Amino acid sequence: MNLKTFLLGTCSAVVIAGFAQAETLTIATVNNGDMVRMQGLTDDFTKANPDIQLEWVTLEENVLRERVTTDIATKGGQYDVLTIGTYEVPIWAKQGWLLPLDNLGADYDVDDLLPAIRSGLTADGKLYAAPFYGESSFIMYRKDLMEKAGLTMPDAPTWEFIGEAARKMTDRTADISGICLRGKAGWGENMAFLTATSNAFGARWFDENWKPQFDQPEWKNTLDMYVKLMNDAGPQGASSNGFNENLALFQQGKCGMWIDATVAASFVTNPKDSTVADKVGFALAPDTGLGKRGNWLWAWSLGIPAGTQKAEAAQKFVSWATSKHYLDLVAEKEGWANVPPGTRSSLYANPEYQKAAPFAKMTLDSINAADPTKPTVKPVPYVGVQFVAIPEFQGIGTTVGQLFSAALAGQMSVDDALAQAQQVTTREMTRGGYIK
Amino acid sequence: MARAVSTRRTAAFTIAAWIVALIIFFPILYTIITSFKSETEAIQGFSLIPSGTVESYVEVQTQKDYFKPFMNSVILSVGSTLLALLISVPAAWSMAFSPTKKTKDVLMWMLSTKMMPAVAVLVPIYLIFRDFGLLDSRLGLTFMLTMINLPIVIWMLYTYFREIPGEILEAARMDGASLWGEIIYVLTPMAVPGIASTMLLNIILAWNEAFWTIRLTTTNAAPLTAFIASFSSPQGLFWAKLSAASTLAIAPILIMGWFSQKQLVRGLTFGAVK
Amino acid sequence: MATQNTRALARLMVAPSVGLLLIWMIVPLAMTLWFSFQNYNLLNPANVSFAGLFNYQYFYTDPAFFQSIWNTLVIVVGVLLITVIGGIAIALLLDQPMLGQGIVRIMIISPFFVMPPVAALVWKNMIMHPGYGVFADMSRALGLQPIDWFAQYPLFSIIIIVAWQWLPFATLILLTALQSLDGEQKEAAEMDGANFVNRFIYLTLPHLARSITVVILIQTIFLLGVYAEILVTTNGGPGYASTNLPFLIYRTALLGYDVGGASAGGIIAVILANIVAFFLMRAVGKNLDR
Repeated sequence: MNLKTFLLGTCSAVVIAGFAQAETLTIATVNNGDMVRMQGLTDDFTKANPDIQLEWVTLEENVLRERVTTDIATKGGQYDVLTIGTYEVPIWAKQGWLLPLDNLGADYDVDDLLPAIRSGLTADGKLYAAPFYGESSFIMYRKDLMEKAGLTMPDAPTWEFIGEAARKMTDRTADISGICLRGKAGWGENMAFLTATSNAFGARWFDENWKPQFDQPEWKNTLDMYVKLMNDAGPQGASSNGFNENLALFQQGKCGMWIDATVAASFVTNPKDSTVADKVGFALAPDTGLGKRGNWLWAWSLGIPAGTQKAEAAQKFVSWATSKHYLDLVAEKEGWANVPPGTRSSLYANPEYQKAAPFAKMTLDSINAADPTKPTVKPVPYVGVQFVAIPEFQGIGTTVGQLFSAALAGQMSVDDALAQAQQVTTREMTRGGYIK
Repeated sequence: MARAVSTRRTAAFTIAAWIVALIIFFPILYTIITSFKSETEAIQGFSLIPSGTVESYVEVQTQKDYFKPFMNSVILSVGSTLLALLISVPAAWSMAFSPTKKTKDVLMWMLSTKMMPAVAVLVPIYLIFRDFGLLDSRLGLTFMLTMINLPIVIWMLYTYFREIPGEILEAARMDGASLWGEIIYVLTPMAVPGIASTMLLNIILAWNEAFWTIRLTTTNAAPLTAFIASFSSPQGLFWAKLSAASTLAIAPILIMGWFSQKQLVRGLTFGAVK
Repeated sequence: MATQNTRALARLMVAPSVGLLLIWMIVPLAMTLWFSFQNYNLLNPANVSFAGLFNYQYFYTDPAFFQSIWNTLVIVVGVLLITVIGGIAIALLLDQPMLGQGIVRIMIISPFFVMPPVAALVWKNMIMHPGYGVFADMSRALGLQPIDWFAQYPLFSIIIIVAWQWLPFATLILLTALQSLDGEQKEAAEMDGANFVNRFIYLTLPHLARSITVVILIQTIFLLGVYAEILVTTNGGPGYASTNLPFLIYRTALLGYDVGGASAGGIIAVILANIVAFFLMRAVGKNLDR
C-alpha cells in the first residue's frame, strides 16, 4: 500500500509538471447550471489560447463564498479568476482586492452590458467584475389557475391583488397553495426576498445614520403581510423552503404563484422537468404604489484578484466568458434558451432569443426596474436592493433571517421577531462602528 | 423439543435483526436507488424500483472528473494514517509498557487538543499554511489530517497494547530473546490486530473529514469531500445527480469497510476487554 | 540500570507525538488567543486594533449565546442516549444466533462510512423533506399530515441524523465487548435461574461499563463540534432553535468574518469543553482504571 501511494503520488506529480509549462488559471465557480455549462465549452477558449490551461474549482454557493473570501482577505493567492456576486464587488473593490477590468479587448463592447447590472459591478467609475449572468425577481404564475379563480394578472400587479389572488387560488383539497415564497433562513434566502419586498412597502434596513429600522411601521407591514399571506395561502413547511424547494413545488403544479429569481423561468417552462411548462405566465414583482417594486438584482460575475501573477491571461478568459461571442457559442451548441441571461442588451434585441425565451421581455423589464444605488423609497446610506453591501451584512442578514423564519413557523410573534431583529442589528452595527 | 425452541428463537432474532438493519441501512440504500433514477423520477414520490438509468452517473462524470479527487482521498487518508501510526506506535507502546504517573494525564491532554472548534482556528491555520506554502498541497493536508486524528490513534493503540500481558515479555526475556527479538517475534504478532483496526478506523475518519479538506484545497489536493461540495445544493433540483455523486463518494470507503469489518471489530476494544 | 535505560527509551518514543501535539496545540491556540484580543474583521484588514476583553463580552452577550450552549449539551446528551442505549440493544441482538449475521452487521455499521455532509444532505432531501421525503410519504400513506421536521423539531432532527452516524461506532465497540463476555459465566448465571433482566443488570452491564465509558468519551469529543449537519439542514434556525456553539462560531467567523469574535468564541468553547471533560472524567473516568 505504501509503495502504491508513493507511485501514484509520483505519477500525478509528473502529470502536473507536464501542465506547468503552459500558464494555468485556477478559476473558482459556483455550481449553477450556466457555470457548469461553461466548463464544457472551454475548448473554444483554449484552442484560441493554447498557452493557457484552465483548472476549475466548482463549489456550492455558500462554501464558495467563504472559500474565496478567506483566500482573498488573507492574500492566499489560490485563485486567478473568482466568481462573485453583486454583494461582494463593491466591498472588495473598496478594499483594493480586485483588479479593474480595463483590458477586456476591442470588441468586448462594455456599453452593451445592461446599465443596472453594470452599475452594480462598478465602483469609482471602474468596472471591477464582468457579469456572467444576471437576474432579477418576478412573479411566475399559473395562467389556468388564475383563470379558474376568475382573475387576470396585470403586468404590474400590487401586493393587494397578489394577496387576493393567492387566497382565491388556494385549494387545500387539491394540495394547491396560492403562493409559494422563500422561508428558509439565510441572507441570500428569505432575506433576499423579504428585503426586496420591504422596499416596495417603503421600508429600509438603515436610515441615513445607520440606525436599524425594524422598529418602524413599514417593516411591520411587510412582515405582517408576509406571515399572514403564507399562513392563508402558502404551502406546508414554508419556513424551510428556499429556491430549490419552491421550484420543485411549482414544477409539480402545487403553487399558484411564485415570486423568485428570473432564472427560474427557464426551469419552469422546460417541459422535461416541469409538469406545468405550457401554463406559466410572468409579471413584474408587486408594489404597493409607493414607487418601488420588490424585485432584486443579482449578477454572478467574474473578477480577478489583485494579487494574481496571471492578470493578463485571466483578463483574456473573463473577456471570453462574458463576451457576445460566448452567447453565440452557447446558442449554437445548446440552443438560445440556454444562453446565460441578463447581461447584455443585444441579447434582448435578438429576435431568435425572444422567440426561444417567452420570459425575455419580462426579465429585461424586471432588471431595468431595479436600481441598486437607489433601492428604497426613503434615502439610505448603502447600495444593494436585496442586501446591504457592507461586510457585516451576511452575519446580520442570516440572524435576522432566522428570526423571521421563526415568525413564519409560528414560533415567535411578528412583533417579537422585529424587536429582536432591531436589537441584534443595533448590536452588530454598534460593534462595526457605524453607530457611534 | 429444545431444538424446536432454538429454531424458533433463531427465526425471531433473525427477523428482528434484519428489520433493525434495514431501517439503519435504508438512507444509504435509498440514495443508491435514487442514483439510478432520472431527475423527474427522483422527486415523484416514494419508489424502491428505479428505472435503472445511469444518466446521472454520466452527467456527474462529464461535469467533474471523479478520478483525481478519488486518488487524492486515497493518498490523503492512507498517507495520514501511515504517518499517524509511525508517530504513535512508539508513543503508545512506551506508554503501555512503561507507564508513569503522568501517562493518564498526557493521554487526556492529547484528547483535549481535539476540543478546539475547527471554525475558530480557520484563519490562524490558513495563515500558517499560506506562509509555509502548504495551501492546496497533499503534504500539508496529510499533515493536517494526521494531527487531527493523532490523539484518537494513540488512545486506541495504547488501550490495545495494554491488553498484551507483560508476563509474555518476561518469559521471552528469560528465554534470552533480545529486545528486538522480543518486539519482532513476540509483540508484533500480538499487536497486529490492534494496529490494523486502528488503521482502518483512522482511514475512515480521514476519508470523511469534510472541513479542512475543503477549506485548504483548491484543485491539486482536493479529495472527494470537495467533489461532493460541487454537487450539493445547486440552483435547480438534481437529487438523482446528487445521489449519484454521493454514492460515488462513499462507495470506496463503504466497500473497504465491508471487506475489513472483521479486522475493524477485532481491535476496536479500546481496552474494554480483559 | 536496565529500568533507567527503558525509561529513557520510553521518553524518547513518546517525545515525537507529544512534541508535535504540543506545537499543534499551542501555535493555533496562541494565535487564536492573540486574535481574540484584537478587533479584526477579515473584510476590513486595514482596521485592526487592540480590543481588550471586548470580543469576549461581545460573544457572551450574543442573544443566542446561552441557548447555543444549552443546544450543544442537548445534542451531546441526546445523541449519547440514543447511541448508547440503541448500541447496547443492537449489540445484544447481534450477539444472538441468526441467519445472515454478516450481512446484518455490515448494514448496521454502514452509516459510519458516510461523510457528515452527505449524511445530512440525504436525510434532509430524501428522508425528512416535508414534500418528497420518505417520512412524508409514509405519513400520507397513513392519511396523516406530513411533519415538517426541520421547522417543528429542528434540534431533534439534527440529533437523529447525528445519532444515525454514530450508532454504528457505539454498536461495534459494545459488540466487541459483549462477545468477550465469558460464556461459562453466562451459562452459570443461566443455570442459577437468573432471568434475562437479572443477567443483564448483574452480569452484562458491569462487563460493558468500560466500553460504555469509552463510547461516551470519544463521542463527546466529536459531538461537541457538530456543525456540518446544522449548516446543511436548518442553518441554525428557526430562531436560534438549532444554533449550537460551533455553529455560532461559524456564523461569527464565516458569515460575519469577525475573526476577533470567532477567536473569543473558540476560546470560550475550549474552556467549556474542558469543563465538560472534567465532569465527565469524574463521573465515568473511574471505569477506565482497573
